[in-house]
Amino acid sequence: MVPLSWYLALSAVLFTIGVIGVLIQRNVISLFMCVELMLNAVNISLIAFSRLHANVTGQLFVFIVMAVAAAEAAVGLAIIIALFRSRETLNVDEADLLKL
Amino acid sequence: MEFSHILFLGLAALAVVAAFNVILQRNPIYSAIGLIVVLCSLAALFLTLSAQFIAAMQIIVYAGAIMVLFVFVIMLLNVRAEETRMDKQKYLKWLAAPLFLALLAEVMAVVRYVNLTPQPLPSANGGVNPQEVLGTVENIAFGMFTDYLIPFEAASILILMAIVGSMLLARREKKEDVERIEKALVAQQEEEQKYEEEVAA
Repeated sequence: MVPLSWYLALSAVLFTIGVIGVLIQRNVISLFMCVELMLNAVNISLIAFSRLHANVTGQLFVFIVMAVAAAEAAVGLAIIIALFRSRETLNVDEADLLKL
Repeated sequence: MEFSHILFLGLAALAVVAAFNVILQRNPIYSAIGLIVVLCSLAALFLTLSAQFIAAMQIIVYAGAIMVLFVFVIMLLNVRAEETRMDKQKYLKWLAAPLFLALLAEVMAVVRYVNLTPQPLPSANGGVNPQEVLGTVENIAFGMFTDYLIPFEAASILILMAIVGSMLLARREKKEDVERIEKALVAQQEEEQKYEEEVAA
């Protein structure tokens, strides 16, 4: 059996890569994918802790996180399309006002 | 070294390399492909943690539905023209490397001091009720429809709101539609005025 700390370490590495991606990417779709990467990194931790306690709660939490990620992707991509229509750009530095 | 260790290291290395691919590519379509590889290798890791149902959901919902949506939008917006733009915030790149190391060291330090010996799992063989076995569909369904019914229902409301919201946001307002609606509003006001005049008379 692989020690659970390895899974937590992998989760930490992936989450950190996601944070760095949010810092260095300027394309709004890529930023969005980095957020998905961070959500998935947290999912590994939740599943690892679910295995640690032999309890299904962590897996249910991951299920809810997936539902939230799906809703977030739908709304976020709709916002990106609306933004692209009004600004003709996907660079987040160009979109610095609260209104479209 | 056991087989499970080699399997974990291979999948983890694949996930980390693909994650770096996600953040370092300039073209979002390559980032999307990297993210799909990360999601699939994570699904395989979920199988090693006895989360079979979640692994299947990961492939179906994430790699199947969400990533298709991403690729669809990237194709729709034809993002290639964006690549040559200069970054305004160059200093963030120099902030990124020390932040990476600091955050990683912090989390690793915490991980070292946690007691991580997994509970033994009941064997799935020999007449055990599948509801008692971690990660089976029966087990997850039992939890979801008893203790965690309210979060489940809240998720359904959330998804309904996401459907309505995304339709509202991505709708294109045609000129004819706007004119037609404005005309209808004016006509309605006129009718109301007429009605009021008739009542007064």
